Amino acid sequence: MTNATLSLHEKDQSKMPLEYTTEEGDLRIFGFWIFLAAELVLFGTLFGTYLVLQSHTAGGPTAKDLFEIGPVMAETIILLMSSFTCGLSTIELRRHNKKGLIGWMSVTILLGLVFIGLEANEFYTYAVHEGAPLSRSAFLSGFFVLLGTHGAHVSLGIVWIIGILLQLGKRGITPVTARKAFMAGLYWHFLDVVWIFIFTAVYLTGLVI
Amino acid sequence: MIDSIKSFMGWFFVTGDPMIYGADASIALASIGIVAVLTYFKKWKWLWEEWLTSVDHKKIGIMYIIAALLMLFRGGVDALMMRTQLTLPNMHFLDAEHYNQVFTTHGTIMIIFVAMPFIFGLMNIAVPLQIGARDVAYPFLNALSFWLFFVGAMLFNLSFVIGGSPDAGWSSYAPYAGAEMNPGVGQNYYLLGVQISGIGSLATGINFLVTILKMRAPGMTLFKMPMFTWSILITSVIVVFAFPAFTVALALMTIDRLFGAHFFTIAAGGSPMLWANLFWFWGHPEVYIVLLPVFGIFSEVIATFAHKTLFGYAVMVWSMVAISLLSFITWLHHFFTMGNTAPVNAFFSISTMLIAIPTGVKIFNWLFTLNKGRIQFTTPMLWALAFIPNFTIGGVTGVMLAMAPADYQYHNSYFLVAHFHSTLIAGTVFGIFCGLHYWWPKMFGYLLDETKGKWSFWIFMISFNICFMPMYFLGLMGMTRRMYTYPAGLGWTPINVVMTIGAFGMGAGFILMAYNIIWSAMHGKKDATGDPWNGRTLEWATASPAAEYNFARIPHVSERDPFIAAKEGRKSGNAASVQRYAPIHMPNNTGIPVIMALLMFVAGFGCVFEWYWMAIPGAIGVIACMIARSFVYNDHYYISVEEIKRTESATGRLS
Ligand code: HEM
Ligand SMILES: [Cu+2]
Repeated sequence: MTNATLSLHEKDQSKMPLEYTTEEGDLRIFGFWIFLAAELVLFGTLFGTYLVLQSHTAGGPTAKDLFEIGPVMAETIILLMSSFTCGLSTIELRRHNKKGLIGWMSVTILLGLVFIGLEANEFYTYAVHEGAPLSRSAFLSGFFVLLGTHGAHVSLGIVWIIGILLQLGKRGITPVTARKAFMAGLYWHFLDVVWIFIFTAVYLTGLVI
Repeated sequence: MIDSIKSFMGWFFVTGDPMIYGADASIALASIGIVAVLTYFKKWKWLWEEWLTSVDHKKIGIMYIIAALLMLFRGGVDALMMRTQLTLPNMHFLDAEHYNQVFTTHGTIMIIFVAMPFIFGLMNIAVPLQIGARDVAYPFLNALSFWLFFVGAMLFNLSFVIGGSPDAGWSSYAPYAGAEMNPGVGQNYYLLGVQISGIGSLATGINFLVTILKMRAPGMTLFKMPMFTWSILITSVIVVFAFPAFTVALALMTIDRLFGAHFFTIAAGGSPMLWANLFWFWGHPEVYIVLLPVFGIFSEVIATFAHKTLFGYAVMVWSMVAISLLSFITWLHHFFTMGNTAPVNAFFSISTMLIAIPTGVKIFNWLFTLNKGRIQFTTPMLWALAFIPNFTIGGVTGVMLAMAPADYQYHNSYFLVAHFHSTLIAGTVFGIFCGLHYWWPKMFGYLLDETKGKWSFWIFMISFNICFMPMYFLGLMGMTRRMYTYPAGLGWTPINVVMTIGAFGMGAGFILMAYNIIWSAMHGKKDATGDPWNGRTLEWATASPAAEYNFARIPHVSERDPFIAAKEGRKSGNAASVQRYAPIHMPNNTGIPVIMALLMFVAGFGCVFEWYWMAIPGAIGVIACMIARSFVYNDHYYISVEEIKRTESATGRLS
């Protein structure tokens, strides 16, 4: 489908990335940015809540008691790597290289899966072995819900990207699939940025203070 | 076995109160009636194809308004029950527990399920037409937003007959709303019902923000947009930045109640004040979400019926921008008395009072628009004119409440209740009634009867003053909010009697309006031209109701009030006549939004009762719907030139 009849504001399309060439693609990507702004407020609220409750440990384990730098570093490095491979996939998208795009996106979600595995393991250790489930104290409620929301976003992102990979496989790189791949990339980078804040505001401050 | 079923039923259904049995019976009868009528007239297919699966913004708008009117009826009945109970001292019409439930459902329904959806309905109808667009940016998402609101409202209302209503007030303060002090499912209904419809609201905010920023007709720069569109643009920004905070607050309290977390409990380090902050961080912007759009409506209506351009257009815009920014830094005025330091109270006191400046500017601009205008007293204009003084009283008492030391006197008294009803009724409700009468012909192709409309206006407006003007004095005399009865001998009785009379008068005004709607559906004057009011903006350039594609050719705009310009023979507002008709790209109808929302309802209901065998499949179903949608590629079709010509000539618009 071309956008010949749809487009009101004619643009020189030859110079644009594929995902922006249709009016619809342009609209959706713009809306996605706004969605990410709303997500920013959502995570901002969770961060605020966590920071308020951080010291409310009610005699239970504190951040210092629980956190270990090893697994946290592993999670961080893996997620950052996935952001890098996600960036590579966008480069392949620009080159209209379907194989490269699918390949790097697959690597990205594999890294995402490893991240989720590590995080699940961390949660399990805290909740079961260290006697620190979310119901133990306000601090732990804040911790589990902030990180859990991030983890749920990553998991949903993985499901979403699998769907996009199937569509790419079937239809190749079209303005529509290009748009979807591009938006998934934005989403993935966004989650990475959130993780950087989690790393700083939750783990680093938790280990230091 | 029989006994266990019996005891389950006794717990599951709310029992023991004749009013509830009455509600059960009427819900059952209404449902049977609807099913019977639809089946008898063989309308199921029509309902599904024309409405439930529609992605047309005009139909979605109508569905929003119908649902909001029904909810207004329910919220109004709640209000009358409270007023009946309070008419005389020591009455036993409602007991304490029941009264708590009724003010909670009244407040929640009025704000979340009446004011917001009514406004969303009007903006769905008018905004795309005003900016010369063929639809909103994301028609699918628009339908989904509506259905999420709808199932959220249904879930909330179900609490009345199944499981029990919430009773912690519309602001649901912790710790009272927590699991320990408030066991049972009532509060869960509040959390889940409001959450589900809130997700829809957030999506609507994003949708209209993009629509207005990206889909305006060529030539319509931001500062040539109609004022209503401006108000919706600014409101959408508030929605996008305020709602996520509420989503989080509701989710945290849900996790507290369902999974034993400690965000807002007293025990284990939770912070009840955190709830108050999160709630009002959304809650104060929310009052502007339901107010700025009606400012927009009044601007349109006052300019139209004063037959003048709006006075101080740019100032009107900038004052709305200022209000929207200030609305995010005033939330603490809702709890001046709850242990803040003096500097904090001072800051929020001043930021609150500052809002009076841009609001006052707007009031004067409306007055100057009226000045030397040829004023035509139509029903919409009467609502708009009545808004100005009545709302100003609400604004002035708001400034009184904003003075923190004085608020120690007013706080949670009937003075406050009178204040927010002055703004919510004289602002929001007058505004949505004004918009309803104004855009009714655009929605349905005929006008509401003017005589009946004016009668309902006068009855409602006078009764509003009879009910709420004395209420300020009652507050100053010491009657506090949310009390279910009061002793004799405090001097409160006469005022309470008068207020109840006023409340029933408002009910009568509303019934007359409902009668007018039914009467006009049968005998209303047809709107053959599409422009019954000599309108100024582009929605009046279309037929009434507008064709499915809105504009056969996209108009070009070169000045404000483009339709007036076109009528006066200037170029703006006319589609370039050289342009030929071309096939029009339209989105397909789809059943996914309704189905997805119903699954959301299942998931929500499961969470309310903590039945995870129900909630989890529901949630999985929702995700499955999203995946299914992602794989739909064939989601649009074209309207052929022949069909456009046929439609246009049917309304005499072929050119
Ligand atoms: C017929 C018109 C109305 C009448 C007679 C009425 C009356 C009342 C009464 C008696 C209360 C409870 C006061 C108390 O016990 O504390 C109340 C509370 C409230 N009303 Fe209305 N009301 C009306 C319309 C509205 C409308 C249109 C809105 C909003 C758009 C609204 C929003 C609220 C809210 C938010 C509360 C506070 C609920 C709470 O305390 O949690 N009301 N109203
Ligand atoms: Cu406020």
